Amino acid sequence: MKIHEYQARDLLAQYGIPIAEGGVAQSPQEALSLAKKLGFPVVLKAQVLVGGRGKAGGVKVVADEADLVNQFNRIKNLTMGGYTVERLLVARAIDIRKEYYVALTVDNIKGDVVIIASGEGGVDIEETAKTNPEKILKFYMHGEKILDERRWALVAAQLFADTRLQMSATVMIGKLVKLFFEKDCTLAEINPFVVNGEGNLMAADVKVIIDDNGLFRQPELSQRRDLKYDDPDELEAKDKGLSFVKLEGNVGCIVNGAGLAMGTMDAVNLMGGTPANFLDVGGSSNPEKVLNALKIILRNPSIKVVLINIFGGITRCDDIASGILTALAQIKMTVPLVIRLTGTNEAVAKEMLNKAGLTTFSSMRQAVVEAVKLANK
Amino acid sequence: MSILIDQNTRVIVQGITGRDGSFHTKQMLEYGTKVVGGVTPGKGGQQLEGVPVFNSVKEARAATRCNAAVIYVPAKFAKDAILEDIQNGIELIVCITEGIPVLDMVEVKKALDARPAVGGSSQSRLIGPNCPGLISPGKCKIGIMPGHIHKPGNIGVVSRSGTLTYEVVYNLTIHHIGQSSCVGLGGDPIIGTRFVDVLKMFQDDPDTKAIVMVGEIGGGDEQMAADFIKSYVKKPVAAFIAGRTAPAGKRMGHAGAIISSGDSTAQAKMQILKDAGVDVIDFPDEIPQAMAKRLL
Repeated sequence: MKIHEYQARDLLAQYGIPIAEGGVAQSPQEALSLAKKLGFPVVLKAQVLVGGRGKAGGVKVVADEADLVNQFNRIKNLTMGGYTVERLLVARAIDIRKEYYVALTVDNIKGDVVIIASGEGGVDIEETAKTNPEKILKFYMHGEKILDERRWALVAAQLFADTRLQMSATVMIGKLVKLFFEKDCTLAEINPFVVNGEGNLMAADVKVIIDDNGLFRQPELSQRRDLKYDDPDELEAKDKGLSFVKLEGNVGCIVNGAGLAMGTMDAVNLMGGTPANFLDVGGSSNPEKVLNALKIILRNPSIKVVLINIFGGITRCDDIASGILTALAQIKMTVPLVIRLTGTNEAVAKEMLNKAGLTTFSSMRQAVVEAVKLANK
Repeated sequence: MSILIDQNTRVIVQGITGRDGSFHTKQMLEYGTKVVGGVTPGKGGQQLEGVPVFNSVKEARAATRCNAAVIYVPAKFAKDAILEDIQNGIELIVCITEGIPVLDMVEVKKALDARPAVGGSSQSRLIGPNCPGLISPGKCKIGIMPGHIHKPGNIGVVSRSGTLTYEVVYNLTIHHIGQSSCVGLGGDPIIGTRFVDVLKMFQDDPDTKAIVMVGEIGGGDEQMAADFIKSYVKKPVAAFIAGRTAPAGKRMGHAGAIISSGDSTAQAKMQILKDAGVDVIDFPDEIPQAMAKRLL
């Protein structure tokens, strides 16, 4: 789950990592009163969960009241990555002397948390990683949840010539490490991490991503999800234990397992059709899930056929079959249904469906060919 | 022969009294797996399907001499279940549970890697989490895959997916091509066993004649597998990669791009595997033909 910069700033502040003073505003009046309190110049930053805000014109330093109102209104009317700007961060402009990069993330292959740091911070950090990989320093946590300051000191010495900055960075990164683990982050990135006019280190921008699987123990953070960034159908699906992504095509797919769901989409494509969605009913599915899946999929007006492809493992085919039968009793189907069931409790399931007059396939290829044929009719 | 598990594997089920745990205990017993015990804290002393239930892995290990454990407990308890197995010296741990926080897995990985060579005492291998488990057809099944679609034989199957693996195995079986072992690695970012580990075991297993790998978009495992195949694997390998039509993944700040190496689209993986001499097929039911061709 991504959170906004102003929310991530709250986390930094909570952990005692210095940030430029500021607040969030929804109207020019709010922005103005914040700016007066902070003193000009201030920086206005669009609060959207998409990258490249600066390059899209969503970040601006303003020097006076008139400038602030103009720029606020301009930024508020921008659309970035398809999203409108609801709020702007108003913060005291930092007199930046030098930019660094520091981030914590998980290296999946190593199964370890890594700190990535560079003396070349800013928006071009990925380019630096490609062209000058030696300028990117990586520090592995070795499974520890607190910063090993002695080992880290070697990295700090490569980043900062000044011993005072080395020590100050070590303290701040220690705090960032604490935040990362305590808040179940998969990313905590400060970019740029800057030295200001007073010669002190502070965070000028921050990006935090929380592990969705960790949200059950982060009740406070889970309430901060900005629902605007999720498709309402996708959210509803998630709420009902389904994994759903809407696509452009006309073959609705209900599948168990992410791999087979992707494989089914690929197969539809290979046979000359276009998948309308990715939908994984998950393992251990109860009949209710099929009903919910059908309801969500059928809302899409482009749908010409629904293809149900189930390979029973932990999902039992009879659960799916009773879900289909319940759904058919409740929903008026306007498009044909192509059902393929194989695996755990397959025979019982087929008998249930055949009794109700539904035909079933055992072969995925046959079912996909049939579904594509019906969709292209 | 087979890899990792056979008729002598003695399995305990963690979460044996839950809905999934009890259902699949029955299924595993029916398949012939030696399920020698179960663990549910607070329910020790009960019996389920004739299997004794214990309060802890320690008790179960002492009473049953189990050497493998399969985990069906909810995500929030899964880390402790795995750590308990590692502490008690269980050789093979199979974690079916999905939705485990990634930082819990970092902790698990550290405990797994604390081997005697580095001063630790871990002697465990983890399969999963978020995986279907593994099976050596006709000998032992640990996990949730439907047993009847498998057939003893000499194709090794290794996969990151669950149900897509069943699809591939089913197609092999209906074409009378049996399997030595089928291993589901799991779909999570941090997993205990990766493609390269299993590819090595299959290459070293005298009864495995050819290998099928099933991959998907995301991560760098298929690239690592391709490099390993070039340098180590002499047996024929066929692969299916899912996700050619999946929408592009979501970006994770800059750090994700810095830490991950290269292109993780299905197309890129297919190409890199082809370049390593792997038969990359388009539809799961084309695997039997590819295998038959390579085995002649």
